[in-house]
Order: sequence, then structure tokens, then C-alpha cells
Amino acid sequence: MNGTRLVAPWPRSLRAQLRVELLLLLRQPENLLVILVLPILLLALFAGARIFPAGAGRPADFLIPGVITVALMSTGMVTLGISTAYQRYYRVLKRLGGSPLPTFVLVLAKAGAVLLVEIGQVALLLVIGRLFFGWSGAVLGAIPLMLLGSVCFAGLGLTLAGALRAELTLGGANGLYLLFLVVGGVVLPIDHLPSWLQPVAGALPPALLSSSLRAALGSSAIAGSTVLLLAVWTVALAAAASLLFRWE
Amino acid sequence: MSPNPVVSLQGVTKSYGPKRGVMDLDLEVGEGELLAVLGPNGAGKTTSVEIMEGYRRPDRGTVRVLGLDPVRDRRRCIPQLGIMLQEGGVYPSLSVGEAVRLFAAYFRNPVPPGELLELVGLSDRERSRYRTLSGGERQRLSLALALVGRPRLLFLDEPTAGMDPRARLLTWEAVREQRRRGVTVLLTTHSMEEAERLADRVAIINQGRLVALDTPSALIGAGGGGVVELETIEALSAEGRARLSALASVERSREVAPGRYLLRTATPPQALVEIASLLRDEGPPVLRLQVGGGSLEEVFLELTGGTD
Repeated sequence: MNGTRLVAPWPRSLRAQLRVELLLLLRQPENLLVILVLPILLLALFAGARIFPAGAGRPADFLIPGVITVALMSTGMVTLGISTAYQRYYRVLKRLGGSPLPTFVLVLAKAGAVLLVEIGQVALLLVIGRLFFGWSGAVLGAIPLMLLGSVCFAGLGLTLAGALRAELTLGGANGLYLLFLVVGGVVLPIDHLPSWLQPVAGALPPALLSSSLRAALGSSAIAGSTVLLLAVWTVALAAAASLLFRWE
Repeated sequence: MSPNPVVSLQGVTKSYGPKRGVMDLDLEVGEGELLAVLGPNGAGKTTSVEIMEGYRRPDRGTVRVLGLDPVRDRRRCIPQLGIMLQEGGVYPSLSVGEAVRLFAAYFRNPVPPGELLELVGLSDRERSRYRTLSGGERQRLSLALALVGRPRLLFLDEPTAGMDPRARLLTWEAVREQRRRGVTVLLTTHSMEEAERLADRVAIINQGRLVALDTPSALIGAGGGGVVELETIEALSAEGRARLSALASVERSREVAPGRYLLRTATPPQALVEIASLLRDEGPPVLRLQVGGGSLEEVFLELTGGTD
């Protein structure tokens, strides 16, 4: 007998799955800390720091693209990566593989939940930047870059989850997050780093995204090579994530 | 057996290294039947079930589930199956009600969540998070998720492991109810009592091989031959065991534990007499000597346990 007629129409399962994925992202206090509190805290703390060269515009002009990058790392790399690894550990993915939920619906639901959270994060950071730190900039032009960065970090998180056990994914994602906060050009300009480290740091996704976002939001010319390299990272990480993905 | 078995395995082999997996398994489950797969830890029960569920592809042999190949025809097969994993399978931070409603949304015509929670006795836990549930409650939620899509074939991997007696009775009743509705059920268990109470037929698996397949009563050996159980105050010496095996009426004997022996015989009364006279003359005092007519446990131990 053909069982496919027993299965709900996919929009219905997508709606239910999306709701649950969103709930799971936002229900854990540790997720809220890394998704919401940390980026805002970084913005507030570093806006008053005296590390930016005088006459190079407001600190917010440097920081807003930086904390948007941090926000996308928080959701895509840390939260999505760790939650996926633990869903495998708790055999949730195995059980879903034994249900009629189509794989594409699960992927769409996870992507949708991450995207909705990120839209909220970016909107909140922009509003806070404008209200409290006198920031202004060209948001629309930066949206494609934010999407690219979002896929890139989600790919990185899922690559970690696919390659490592749950506990190691937890440690690895948090470790990379800390590292990227320092070398990502997000709150600390890259030229403050030791000179030998600068070319390496500049070629990693966080610096590529934060510097091109800075150009886009500030309406100045975006370096084509930066975006190209970010795109290469994104394609490579997305491919690695899908190759390494395991249901159990 | 039946012309259109719901599950059919022919010569199925799947190995994970030398002593793990299943070997040359032949098995059929008929429509509406409840088959219990019984075996000690590591015997290959979960491997067999996961092959039927389509989680594993066998190295050799043919698998047919509802007339389909469960790996290749997964999309057509899975919606008709109800799967209960041995453990886990639910997002720990979801509540019972959220988990059931989520799985209900995967099906066109699901069992209403309230009715389902009633059936497995979790109505009063609807708002509790999965991580706060006891082991038995988690198992019952997992059973509810297996039932939500009105499956034709239900796979239960050790469904009552770790349950208290009350939860176990409730779960047995829920499984019997499925059986009454005509659902075919395949369950694995360590518990002879569970197999005896629920199953139409019992398959005993040991070291990856099928060692017995029959109704519980046939396995227990109603009629002629049977199993004699002997318990002595202390273990028999090697010589004593050899003399026991050499008795005319005893076909095979096993020491299932020090001081506990199961003996297969075609003529239980004669075996009792011979054993009693052997031990009267030598060896430790006898605690118990009886024909094992009552329990599947003896058959199970005889077939899988101990050393000769």
C-alpha cells in the first residue's frame, strides 16, 4: 500500500515544525543570552571605549556592522549548531527520520526559524543604534550581505554539528565564538591585532562580513574580493554541512 | 504462513564486527499478529527491528514491510509505521502536549491529541516538559507518538523497560487495544512475562540468530517433552554436571547460574526420577526439582543462557 496519502499536506507540517523550532530557539535562557543580550551588551560597552581612531566617524558606525555580525554568529553558528548536535544526541533527528515529515520541510523550518530570529535581532540592534548611539545608515543595500553571512554561519554551525559529538560541538562553537569576537573585526578593529595575525583574521568569515557590512551600511564602495571570498566560504561550509549531516 | 505477511525477512544478515548484528534471519509477521522478539542484551533485537524500520540496510537478504522495501520505498512505507525507539526521540524542552500536537501535524488524519494522552495515561502531564518526565512517562509519550498516525504496523523496542508495575499494566493494555483494532505489532523485550502475556508468537534471538519461533504455549512445551528445572544448595561439580547430562532421559542440560540447571527431556517424569536418584546418592541437597511447564523464562534460559 502507498502510505503517502496518510501524510499531512506539507504546508501544515511546515507551520507546526516552524513554530516548534522557533519555540526551541527562544525557550532556552542560554540561547536568549547569546542571541539577544550579548550583542546589545557589546554595543553598549564598546560604544564608550576609547579604542577607535579620532575623526573616523562615530563608534556606532564601526560597531553596528560588528554587532550584526555577532548576532548572526550567535544564532547561526552557536545556537543552531549546538541545538542540532543535541537533537541528534537525544535521538530527535532519528525519530523525525522515522516520521513522515519530509526532510525539505525540516530544513525549511530550521532555516525559517533562524531567519525570523535574525530579522528580530538586526531590527532591534538598528533601532537601539539609532535611538541611543546616533547611528544612521543604508540598511536595504546591506540585506543581501546579511543573508549571505547568515547562510555562512549557519553552514559553519551545522558543519560542527555534523563533524563532532554534541559536547564537542558545544565547546567548539563557543570557542570559535570567543575567537571570532576577538579576531572578527566586530568590536575591535583588525588593525589592533598583531600584524602577523591581521591577514589571517581578515580572511575569516566574521571579518569579511563585518568589513563589507560596514561599507554597505556606510554607503561606500564594497570590495568585490571581500564579498567573493565570503561567498566562497559560504558555498564551502554549506556543502560541508550537507555532506556531514547525520540523522543519528 | 499467511499469504501476504506484513513483515517478511529472508536470509537477512547485518554484521557490526564478529559478535554483533544478525545472521541469516528468516521471519514473517502476519496481518494483525503480535510478535514478541525475546533475547538477552546484544542478541540482535534492536538491529532486527531497525532493519525492518528502514534505519539499516542489511548486508544480505530481503526485507519486505507492508509489501515495500523499507529503505528504498521509505516515503511510501514510513507513514504506515508507528515507531517507538528504545529511548529518547523527543526535544527535551517541549511539553508533552506540544510534542503530541507536533507529531499529529505530520498526518492527514491523526488521533486527536487529547484522546491519545488519555490512552497512555499522560493527560495530567500535558504541560510538563519532556525533561521533567520519569523514565516510564517518557516511554509512554514515545508510545503515544508512535500511535498518533494510526499505524498499520507498530514497532515497540523494549516498550516497558524501566516502568513501574502500574505503568507497565497500563502500557500492556494500550498495546492490547491496538492489537484488538487489527494493528500488527512487533515488540522486543527482555521480559518473559511480557512476551507470555501479550504475544501471539515469540521469536527468541540469541547471538544474532533465531533460535526458536512459536506460540508461547508451544514453546513452554505443552504435552510430551519439556524442561525440568533443578536448583541445588550449591553448584554441582564438573563431574556432577557430566553425570547429569549423561542420564538416559536427559537430552541436554545447561547451568544457567551456579546451582541452577535446566534440562531438556522427552519424558519429564522419568527425568525427575533419574535426577532425584542421582542426587540422592551424591551431590549437594536439592532445593527444587520440577517440570517447567509454567514459564517461558525456562525456555528462554534453556535456549539462550549459560553454558553446557
